[in-house]
Amino acid sequence: MDWQGQKLAEQLMQILLLAFAAVSFGTGYVLGSFQMMMLIYAGGVVLTTLVTVPNWPFFNRHPLKWLDPSEAEKHPKPQQQQAVSSKKKPAKK
Amino acid sequence: MHSFGYRANALITLGVTVLALMCAMASLSDNLNSPTPSAQVQVLNVNWFQKQRNGNEEVSLTLNISADLQSMFTWNTKQVFVFLAAEYETPKNSLNQVSLWDDIIPSKERAKFLIHTTNKYRFIDQGSNLQGKEFNLTLHWHVMPKTGKMFADKIVMTGYRLPEEYR
Repeated sequence: MDWQGQKLAEQLMQILLLAFAAVSFGTGYVLGSFQMMMLIYAGGVVLTTLVTVPNWPFFNRHPLKWLDPSEAEKHPKPQQQQAVSSKKKPAKK
Repeated sequence: MHSFGYRANALITLGVTVLALMCAMASLSDNLNSPTPSAQVQVLNVNWFQKQRNGNEEVSLTLNISADLQSMFTWNTKQVFVFLAAEYETPKNSLNQVSLWDDIIPSKERAKFLIHTTNKYRFIDQGSNLQGKEFNLTLHWHVMPKTGKMFADKIVMTGYRLPEEYR
């Protein structure tokens, strides 16, 4: 998931859970059924899990641009100063 | 939110917190209900009234207990526990309460009832205080919720009196 995707996942999770909480409480109260409230909320939690937890493609629409590997080879990391300088053996021909 | 486990944890935490808030709201909604219960008890017969060898007195009564507790049930009610207590005063104690009968009402339909019974629990007093005693019969109830606060209240019925002599 990219950064935009993570933000989208978090917002979706909060909105979906709160919306299902409101709907389930309202429905349960009007119908006079505690069980109905719990069932609707449980369904809502399952739905929210399916939408926000797996790494869906639409969460990756702004992918991060990593440096190309061939480009990275041209700029090697600096060597440590303590390292023994390697003596190159003269090539025997 | 960068891994499966991270998001699953966040979802479970938020889900459970929101559930706790919903249960608190459900309990608060019980305060909107104003119950109008009614009850009546008739003492049909004093079956016997004896003094035991250890100095205690015991009474056996046959009762007709009728009540309508339907208005106490809300969507958040699991059951109503109801019990009938005989209350009287003695020189030693300003209040004696003896539970004579109790029951659990699981649903609104069963909350309107008439029970014909002898006392479920023994009506015993330590000493010689019960002869000619005037006593109240109080119906207590506890409304037990599915989540949240339990409400308890009672109806006091006065005017009952035990016989003067043993029989």
